[in-house]
Amino acid sequence: MDFSDSKLTRRSVLKGATALAGTAAAASPAFFIKNAWAAGQFRNDPGNAKSVTIGFNVPQTGAYADEGADELRAYKLAVQHINGEGDGGLLNTMKPLSLKGNGILGKKLEYVTGDTQTKSDAARASAKRMIEKDGVVMFSGGSSSGVAIAQQSLAQEMGVIFMCGLTHSNDTTGKDKRRYGFRHFFNAYMSGAALGPVLEKEMGKERRAYHLTADYTWGWTQEESIKNTTEKLGWQTVNAVKTPLGAGDFSQYITPVLNSGADVLILNHYGKDMINSLTQAVQFGLRDKQVNGKNFEIVVPLFSRLMAQGAGDNIKGILGSTNWNWSLQDEGSKAFVKSFGAAYGFPPSQAAHTCYVQTVLYANAVEMAGTFFPPEVIKSLEGFEFDGMGNGPTEYRAADHQCFKNVLVVRGKQNPSSQFDLLEVVQEVPRSQVEYDPKIFGGELGPYQA
Amino acid sequence: MDAILLQILNGLDKGGAYALIALGLTLVFGTLGVVNFAHGALFMLGAFCAVTLQQLLTISKRVKDESITFFDAYKETPYLEIWFGDTGKTIIDFSVPLSILLAIPVMLLIGFVMERGLIRFFYKRPHAEQILVTFGLAIVLQEVIKAQFGANPVPQAAPDFVAGSADIGLWFGLGEGLVYPWWRLIYLGFAAVVITLVFSFLQFTTYGMVVRAGMQDRETVGLLGINIQRRFTVVFGIAAVVAGLAGVMYTPILPPDYHMGMDFLVLSFVVVVVGGMGSLPGAVAAGFLLGILQSFSSMNEIKSLIPGIDQIILYLVAVVILLVRPRGLLGRRGVME
Amino acid sequence: MAQLWHRNDLLLMGVFTLAVLAMPLWLAPFGAGYPDLLQKLAIYGIFAIGFNILFGLTGYLSFGHAAFLGVGSYAAVWSFKLFTMNVLPAVLFGTLLAGVFAALIGFISLRRSGIYFSILTLAFAQMSYNLAYSVLTPITNGETGLQLTQSDPRIIDRLYVEATSGLPSTELFGLKMSGYPGFYFCAAILIIAFFFSVRIFNSPFGVKLLAIKSNQTRMGYTGYNTRPYLLVAFVISGMYAGLAGSLLAVTDPLAGAERMQWTASGEVVLMTILGGAGTLIGPLLGAGLIKYFENVFSAYNEAVLHQIFAMLPDWLQSAMVFVVNPFVGEGWHLTLGALFVLIVIFLPGGIMEGIRRLSSLVRRIIARSRRDGLQAA
Repeated sequence: MDFSDSKLTRRSVLKGATALAGTAAAASPAFFIKNAWAAGQFRNDPGNAKSVTIGFNVPQTGAYADEGADELRAYKLAVQHINGEGDGGLLNTMKPLSLKGNGILGKKLEYVTGDTQTKSDAARASAKRMIEKDGVVMFSGGSSSGVAIAQQSLAQEMGVIFMCGLTHSNDTTGKDKRRYGFRHFFNAYMSGAALGPVLEKEMGKERRAYHLTADYTWGWTQEESIKNTTEKLGWQTVNAVKTPLGAGDFSQYITPVLNSGADVLILNHYGKDMINSLTQAVQFGLRDKQVNGKNFEIVVPLFSRLMAQGAGDNIKGILGSTNWNWSLQDEGSKAFVKSFGAAYGFPPSQAAHTCYVQTVLYANAVEMAGTFFPPEVIKSLEGFEFDGMGNGPTEYRAADHQCFKNVLVVRGKQNPSSQFDLLEVVQEVPRSQVEYDPKIFGGELGPYQA
Repeated sequence: MDAILLQILNGLDKGGAYALIALGLTLVFGTLGVVNFAHGALFMLGAFCAVTLQQLLTISKRVKDESITFFDAYKETPYLEIWFGDTGKTIIDFSVPLSILLAIPVMLLIGFVMERGLIRFFYKRPHAEQILVTFGLAIVLQEVIKAQFGANPVPQAAPDFVAGSADIGLWFGLGEGLVYPWWRLIYLGFAAVVITLVFSFLQFTTYGMVVRAGMQDRETVGLLGINIQRRFTVVFGIAAVVAGLAGVMYTPILPPDYHMGMDFLVLSFVVVVVGGMGSLPGAVAAGFLLGILQSFSSMNEIKSLIPGIDQIILYLVAVVILLVRPRGLLGRRGVME
Repeated sequence: MAQLWHRNDLLLMGVFTLAVLAMPLWLAPFGAGYPDLLQKLAIYGIFAIGFNILFGLTGYLSFGHAAFLGVGSYAAVWSFKLFTMNVLPAVLFGTLLAGVFAALIGFISLRRSGIYFSILTLAFAQMSYNLAYSVLTPITNGETGLQLTQSDPRIIDRLYVEATSGLPSTELFGLKMSGYPGFYFCAAILIIAFFFSVRIFNSPFGVKLLAIKSNQTRMGYTGYNTRPYLLVAFVISGMYAGLAGSLLAVTDPLAGAERMQWTASGEVVLMTILGGAGTLIGPLLGAGLIKYFENVFSAYNEAVLHQIFAMLPDWLQSAMVFVVNPFVGEGWHLTLGALFVLIVIFLPGGIMEGIRRLSSLVRRIIARSRRDGLQAA
């Protein structure tokens, strides 16, 4: 292998190439270089345009595609309502409301869509397309914490606000929080805090818990949060076993539970993993078992109706927590279910709800700030208190951009009255019970000016 | 002791599934010389045969839930139940085993169509192009399923009387702690029966003998005046049926979704190669071996010694075996080397 | 060796350089003229070119090349975290570490050939992925992906400047590596990488690799020990992957474990075969096509389709949208899969085969018309 004596030719070609590259680089428009804006100017400033674009980045392929599709439905509805089309949805119930039903600051709201594939790389590529090509002022969506965290750090770099979709890890508004990222959805800590008293009431103070945990960051944070809660109740933790993501067959992790002396199994799984592990755990007869003179119980800390559908009959009687459910009877929830049901013929999922609310909250914050300039929008979202969006009085805490609101503890329904009636609300845990000190997770929001 | 017995059972059960999928794959390798990346999709299609039958059986009379006004929610009662009462209920209950009857002709047909319509044009093409075309086909198939059934898993229940667990401890006088789900035991038995059937077919029938001869030397068999092409079509059909049946019977254990084929694809290739290219007994042996090792590596005692071992055990074993035995467990010289 | 550097190759290099540097111009009408996709096209182009050096020349089909991509990314991000935000050390570090990694894996895997080799590489890559996602989280930050943080040491940078309140961005001596400058940086490296691959294809070394592909046994009879050649090819190709991985980190300082998954390894295989394995340009075209589908086609939704068909009468517009909609947006996988099938059926040899056929057709037509013209005269 030698390239020794190719003489002038190679060198000249090389020279020409670099020279060309150099000139081209110098000629490229300067406004794409970060930090090059003067004051008052910012990335994707809609200026005097008649319309403004936002981006919806949801999983359209892969395991969470159905959840992504539901999120997209909700986003479309939110855009319609903000533009004053349709029945107005939650704009009728939200208090305080600055939106006037004529778009945002009089500009018609338009949207673009993308596919995150539930992969950080693909999600960031798709988000960059929205920012660089479509000129979005905000982007939103997603069904996974890893992807949400990857996107909100991109948001910080690019200076475009990201409103998280479904993400439940403590890290999103904990150690990985960002000034340009906002989360309306609840988190693992709040799941634990909400479930604690209910678990105590239903199962008592003397229990031995066995955790099966998806072996990645979300699973770990949830395991930690639930463990903290249950151990405070006086429960023992027999074992906490990590399972590979997408294991499919969990039998080798379930059989050790049988004779471990544990009487509660806690499944820190989500999506397909949760459907599989729950189905198989029930098959192994765990639900019919008696251990230590008590009925064996299974707990799934994070629930969703779409997952309940996938698990079929196995979900019946299982306790868990959820951000929102369509059966809630407050004005906001009813208004949302009504709009969504009229448009699509079935009820919205919790993912759809959080995405809808996030879009409206962003639009409202811009209207309040009177400008699309991100630092101003961020300031009007921080500490914003509102009501009538389906979870009772809610606050966007300034210290970590986490929404604080009531959390639902739910149970798989024994006798569903229809194909959508899968979860019954056991308790609407008040916001005060799930609040915590923002300092416990560390992390830093970063600067307002990107 | 119980724990180890249970893990052996888990391993056998997993191994049964691996072996069934790998069997069809290696059959197609060995006879047709085709690298079939769509084999996982066949497994998935089989599983959706069960879903389809269940949906057909539970076509329901829908009574609107009047308490819900914002959209139409229904309480569904299957017509079978209305018309035939308990008999109808039983039929629905048995929808997974009944799906076998549906899956055999459907998968055979799919196999024939695939082989005649696409695969046969690729016998003489490079393996790389076979990979591209079958991978493309797999994507198309799974997207079609996604468009029809959605991306969410569809739950399938085993018949009620085998839904629980068997007290196998009592059978062998080992105490009460040893229970194992009926359906998993059935799956293991089913895998054994199917594997035996395929082997007997190849070993004890003249038809099978010709196929085996074709695996060794296709040209000579052709020179003897035997239409080997047609037999290969049948072999592909059989491979499709075996993969499909593995899928049908697996649905109560793993609620099927459109992507399950891809999840098993890499794994089945590892099994086939560890077993040795072109060797049916090798594929079966490798399936059970990897299944059992995977189960044992997940035991807490072992995980605490080597963290993360259960994540990589399959691949680690594959590497070790291929380094010690150049052609896998029972591979033949010169096949896809 | 000089005589191997044909005029045709010079022409190829020239046209290639122009085409790459002008990408923002000629890709804009296709909706692909924005920095991120352009960067991705260049980077995955490098990845595919490197893969082709192994697969196209030796016929050894590696199913684990994504591992090197991932290693390159992680190494680059660690270089940003520990030392400096300057991209040159990161690229160097990423490429070299991937090379070391490739040497280790190659040394073991190349003891086998054919599908046994493929499965060995696959096994190593899958082990890397699974461990990076879970047990190795302290090094890889697992699911979330390795990111820059405020508290990173960045030893070299700290010698010169104070830490600012925000996260720093990657730079080349002050020039920020996001947006178009980032693309031109990748493009320059792509051109160099392509240049090297042309040289390798034309060198005696490349000829020996081709000989291994056509008949390794006979090559052995002539007294050549083939394994060192294969190992060098494997390491070079792994370094290309590491280079691509570090560039991914340069343009976007985050490294995720899914970069090492088998689907990512499979993707580069598909890119290469789709474009035409063993050809110089083919893998690049394959990479471009797949990335284009992933990023642009997947973004089409009903509203966009209505705009596209806006000039049609209303009923026809709705009908077209109805027909096309399942194939774009969430259906982009379907279209891609169908495309694989169609291309490989009708164009064995990939896109390059199509181009060859097209050009020979054009040449025939020109020749015929010239002949006709002569006769007429």
